[in-house]
Amino acid sequence: MGFIPKPMITELGHFALVLAFLVAIVQTVVPLVGAHKRWPGWMAVAEPAANAQFLLVAFSFAALTWAFVTSDFSLRLVVLNSHSAKPMIYKISGVWGNHEGSMLLWVLILALFGAMAAWFGGNLPPTLRARVLAIQASISVAFFAFILFTSNPFLRLAVPPFDGQDLNPLLQDPGLAFHPPFLYLGYVGLSMAFSFAVAALIEGRVDAAWGRWVRPWTLAAWVFLTIGIALGSWWAYYELGWGGFWFWDPVENASFMPWLLAAALLHSAIVVEKREALKSWTILLAILAFGFSLIGTFIVRSGVLTSVHAFANDPERGVFILMILGFFMGGALMLYAARAGVMEAKGVFSMVSRESALVANNILLAVSCFVVFIGTIWPLVAEMFFDRKLSVGPPFFNLAFTPFMVALGLILPLGSMMPWKRARVGRVFRPLIPAFVVAVALGALVWAMQTGRSALGPVGLFLGAWLVFGAMTDLYKRTGGSGLSRLWRLPRADWGKAVAHSGLGVTMFGVAGLMAWQQEDIRVVQIGETFEVAGFEMTLDDVQRVQGPNYISTMGFVTLAQDGSEIAQLRPEKRVYPVAQMPTTEAAIDYRLLRDVYVVIGDQQENGGWTIRTFLKPLANWIWAGSALMALGGFLSLSDRRYRVAAGARKQAAPVQGVPAE
Amino acid sequence: MKRLILILTLLASPVWAVQPDEVLDDPILEERAREVSAGLRCLVCRNESIDESNAGLARDMRLLVRERLVAGDTNEEVVDFVVERYGEYVLLKPTTGGSNWLLWGAGPAMLLIAGGIGVAYTRNRAKAQPAGGEGLSAAEEARLKELMKDQG
Repeated sequence: MGFIPKPMITELGHFALVLAFLVAIVQTVVPLVGAHKRWPGWMAVAEPAANAQFLLVAFSFAALTWAFVTSDFSLRLVVLNSHSAKPMIYKISGVWGNHEGSMLLWVLILALFGAMAAWFGGNLPPTLRARVLAIQASISVAFFAFILFTSNPFLRLAVPPFDGQDLNPLLQDPGLAFHPPFLYLGYVGLSMAFSFAVAALIEGRVDAAWGRWVRPWTLAAWVFLTIGIALGSWWAYYELGWGGFWFWDPVENASFMPWLLAAALLHSAIVVEKREALKSWTILLAILAFGFSLIGTFIVRSGVLTSVHAFANDPERGVFILMILGFFMGGALMLYAARAGVMEAKGVFSMVSRESALVANNILLAVSCFVVFIGTIWPLVAEMFFDRKLSVGPPFFNLAFTPFMVALGLILPLGSMMPWKRARVGRVFRPLIPAFVVAVALGALVWAMQTGRSALGPVGLFLGAWLVFGAMTDLYKRTGGSGLSRLWRLPRADWGKAVAHSGLGVTMFGVAGLMAWQQEDIRVVQIGETFEVAGFEMTLDDVQRVQGPNYISTMGFVTLAQDGSEIAQLRPEKRVYPVAQMPTTEAAIDYRLLRDVYVVIGDQQENGGWTIRTFLKPLANWIWAGSALMALGGFLSLSDRRYRVAAGARKQAAPVQGVPAE
Repeated sequence: MKRLILILTLLASPVWAVQPDEVLDDPILEERAREVSAGLRCLVCRNESIDESNAGLARDMRLLVRERLVAGDTNEEVVDFVVERYGEYVLLKPTTGGSNWLLWGAGPAMLLIAGGIGVAYTRNRAKAQPAGGEGLSAAEEARLKELMKDQG
């Protein structure tokens, strides 16, 4: 039966995409009109439309996946990005390992969020719900048009070739296979915050309930962004061959800016919810956070700022995304300018209070995001306006960005323990004294032990310890100091907060430790030779050629030993992917709690020896362990019954009392 | 298989970042060389320093840096020499000269502005009269309670 359904499925996938485009147009226009005129029937269109749109895109995505899985080389996209000998997991990840497919994944997630808003939005006032779904659909319309007019994934080839040209080998990696979906869940998740913000502006009303609704979406987006960024950084660490974990590359910055703003938005939405203040700022943040997601898409897709990661870039597509960006940001900001005045703050608080601490948090996060933004676009600006061709690289970002994170780490434990409305610094600080003393002592100890090296390590250790012990103190205080058994009965949101804040501390410590204490060794090694690096004895036992499924590998067999006893067998590889004509390096890493030993094999030298690079990477795992903690903290908070996104759905039947019909 | 081997032999093997034969005998000089090259951009790469890059040009630049250091230049003199030859594009850390003060000043300036607005806002909030009780109005309080109950 293989012959007839296969082409059918592709055409049906294309057709479903066109239908989804039409449904999204209906879902944009009808509920907006309905909400304006108070016509319940028109407003009610939004929900089934959101479901239909999601199902259609899901079908379309499944059709494309099917073409990749079955290696249908009559599809241009499959030919360009797949190969019949590729392992199955990379056939699937190949679907989004290219421009067209990744945009299809983008709209799939966009439609998924829209559908989820329809499923779980039962407790929203009807007009707000209709408007949120309509705004969400309008974003879909733009991106459907983008895909259908500039980046159609379903293009056929008149003469299908025998086999495909393979996916970029760098992308054939488990870490990177799932990096884009998580990143997109984050990017696109921020569209919900945007839709809520614009809908609230149209409604002319932002209150505590709005803050409560928008927070779980933002939190979910932030968690996914955290995971996506961490996966990407981990991938760079083990794949690119010298153990860098962050390069301040435009594309990395593109994902980091929304992350910073989403973190700020999370915190300011708390103030809206609990204290009915910071309303117009929170709305602005919600708009900007999604704006930076769009800017990120623009940066990656247009190739305006060249970078390591950008596949497929094309000026026409760049212009299209710029138009989308201009339309949504311009429209939302104009609406904001017209309406922001009506949102007056209600909560009263003093200069020292939880509220003001959260204002400081927002200032630091937003300004640090601004610094990253300026650094990222400066080469472009300098060339366009000042006729200077220059680079802005890691040294700039390390210098200009780090102080903000240090300041954030310093105030965080204090701010998170401040009471609302009015606080006294002395009183808040008193329970934190033990945490502070321990942190200072640890920092000082390390400072004394290392001589003549940078202050980065001790400062990082101090901040990390201060954050972790501060978070513990906070949790303990919440039990009323009355014993550990009550710890488990604390709300999950309290745990989530403590875990996420500790995670930030762990990551800061890891970054500082790795940057301050890394050691490196490069040498030519003969087979059978033993050499010593940073207290480890390494032996190059053998080098062999090994045939992989779709690559050929030069594999080193290295024995890692310490004090005469063997710790690990390491297999650094140099691979060549003949189809894509690309070499990659596969570092061999011995992961341990306090350090990684990172071995890379290079070329054979004229004397028959092999180039071996060895790095000692202290605390490397802490960077991603901290990220995982941050994500876990987010999940814990999300699962708190008070914030559960799903909570409203079960009660959908019960009409909410006291909601003004307006 | 035969075809694969043929392709393999045709493929240019990548040159590696900092080769053993480049390393200077004097460890202090070598450390300075690493420091200088970490701040210089590989011209044919995308956002990589010559210290990290595998490109042939990066190797030439690394050797040039070492040559100048051995000849007795200070780090700054080496950097100036390379900039004179390749333009300021090679600097990963942009200078503070000319229009670049905008780049370096943007963060601190924004912090001052944002801090000023933040303080003004907080002052304003501290002085404001509680509108209709603390925070929520009675109706809204009731509504919020209803919502909480609904979700619990």
